[in-house]
Amino acid sequence: MNKKTKQGIAFMIFRILSVAVAGILFYILGFIIYQGAGVINIEFLTSSPTNGMTAGGIFPAIVGTLCLIAGSSLFAFPLGILSAIYTSEYAGNGKVIRFVRVMTNNLAGIPSIVFGLFGMSLFVNTMGFGDSIIAGSLTLGILVLPLVIRTTEEALKAVPDSLRRGSLALGASKLQTVSRITLPIAFPNIMTGLILSIGRVSGETAPILFTVAAYFLPKLPQSMYDQVMALPYHLYVIAVSGTDLEATRPMAYGTALVLIAIVLIINVSASLIRKKLQKHA
Amino acid sequence: MLETRKVNFYYGDFHALKEINIKIPANSVTAFIGPSGCGKSTFLRLFNRMNDLIPDTRLTGECLIRGENIYHKSVDVSVLRKKTGMVFQKPNPFPKTIFENVAYGLRVDGISNRSFIADRVEQSLKSAALWDEVKDKLKKSAFELSGGQQQRLCIARALAISPSVILMDEPASALDPISTSKIEDLIHTLKKDYTIVIVTHNMQQAARISDKTGFFMLGELIEYDDTKKIFLNPSKEETQNYITGRFG
Ligand SMILES: Nc1ncnc2c1ncn2[C@@H]1O[C@H](COP(=O)(O)OP(=O)(O)OP(=O)(O)O)[C@@H](O)[C@H]1O
Ligand SMILES: [Mg+2]
Repeated sequence: MNKKTKQGIAFMIFRILSVAVAGILFYILGFIIYQGAGVINIEFLTSSPTNGMTAGGIFPAIVGTLCLIAGSSLFAFPLGILSAIYTSEYAGNGKVIRFVRVMTNNLAGIPSIVFGLFGMSLFVNTMGFGDSIIAGSLTLGILVLPLVIRTTEEALKAVPDSLRRGSLALGASKLQTVSRITLPIAFPNIMTGLILSIGRVSGETAPILFTVAAYFLPKLPQSMYDQVMALPYHLYVIAVSGTDLEATRPMAYGTALVLIAIVLIINVSASLIRKKLQKHA
Repeated sequence: MLETRKVNFYYGDFHALKEINIKIPANSVTAFIGPSGCGKSTFLRLFNRMNDLIPDTRLTGECLIRGENIYHKSVDVSVLRKKTGMVFQKPNPFPKTIFENVAYGLRVDGISNRSFIADRVEQSLKSAALWDEVKDKLKKSAFELSGGQQQRLCIARALAISPSVILMDEPASALDPISTSKIEDLIHTLKKDYTIVIVTHNMQQAARISDKTGFFMLGELIEYDDTKKIFLNPSKEETQNYITGRFG
């Protein structure tokens, strides 16, 4: 067998594999659309569940999930980005920083239910927030913090040192160099990390179980100290512990579809912003 | 203008510069030549304190610009770097417009007067012999320029903050012959107003553009003299060997 046929075969295998991966994803997506699209209508999207959650819509859960996305982002994005800037631009590579980095990576590997327990103990009980948007947001925020930090650090590292040096050599301070050169260049890649973390936040069930999620709460939250329903937990409830599982199966798929759609919409708008930013850069 | 007294520089335990004494006159072009790794870039970076950015390094001796010790505690490194422009080996324009690249040093200096900045950008681009090529596309990305144009843009960027010294580390080594000769012409005209120190691997280039030449080897300044003398009648055998190509 000559080199060319070998290479051809190798490429063929890669191609089949990647098509297979994409195929599985499309199959899942198609399956959920097929099963769930039927229940999606204005009423489903804008009304509360009724009849022991066997009828009605999922509006409170949509609102709840959006609140949690916003709340956790507000907490995790600034904190994560700032600490990544500190560790990668300022702190050098001393022992302490290496330790912090290892810990951050370990934090990323902890199962999310552990974060849920931790959030319950710290935010719900010790700090006295009770089951609330703020307790859930902080818990989810901590959960994605390592992800935000890691991707931001990677994004900053990808900025060529020659540009930092060019800026410093023109008399710019370190802070000016970070804010005018490094961060703007890294920003599109940082956004990728933020998008991933939003996906994570909107899909997690375990961390919100003990900190915010309500089983059934048709009322919308009035403040960040209120409980909310959330899509992933609602999905779990109507899929396995509802009053009439067979009847609510299509609603479960509908809920899943809405959840996927929210994440997808956020992803697409973020990548549009990203494209725009890159064009300007 | 530039002067060092008994300068030693260490990367960790590695002794990169050894007892260097030099006096570089104002408004002249000084070239540093020598085999790879002999410390030319390290020496050049002393004068705008870019070596400060490298961790675990140590300097002894004195480094003066106009008689002032630039490593004295009272020296503001930002101010020093504004007076001492640097052009790097590989063009490193910022991912910004041509205009904003040149304006960058002014903006970080807190200048916001628009007409002042516009004037200064134009002047600098003219001094860098780039104005005619870019005057219609100042708002375009700097990445749309050729490598040679990008390097002249980086020179313009350094000129915009009115330095008195310009340090150039192999500024033409990544460029084609035409761009190279443009940069050489440019260096020749800039000499009126600036003190220029340039590192180069190109012996003819050193001979063509410089007034004085310093030959480095293994961290030592072997010989430093008028360029003519170095190339026609060097006093050290190492220098002779190097410029005739028997070494390095
Ligand atoms: N950041 C660094 N850390 C440790 N050693 C370094 C560092 N930079 C340079 N050196 C060492 O110092 C010596 C001088 O390096 P320098 O870059 O000044 O040489 P140079 O004369 O500019 O070489 P070239 O012609 O290849 O650019 C080399 O032996 C190099 O290995
Ligand atoms: Mg060098």
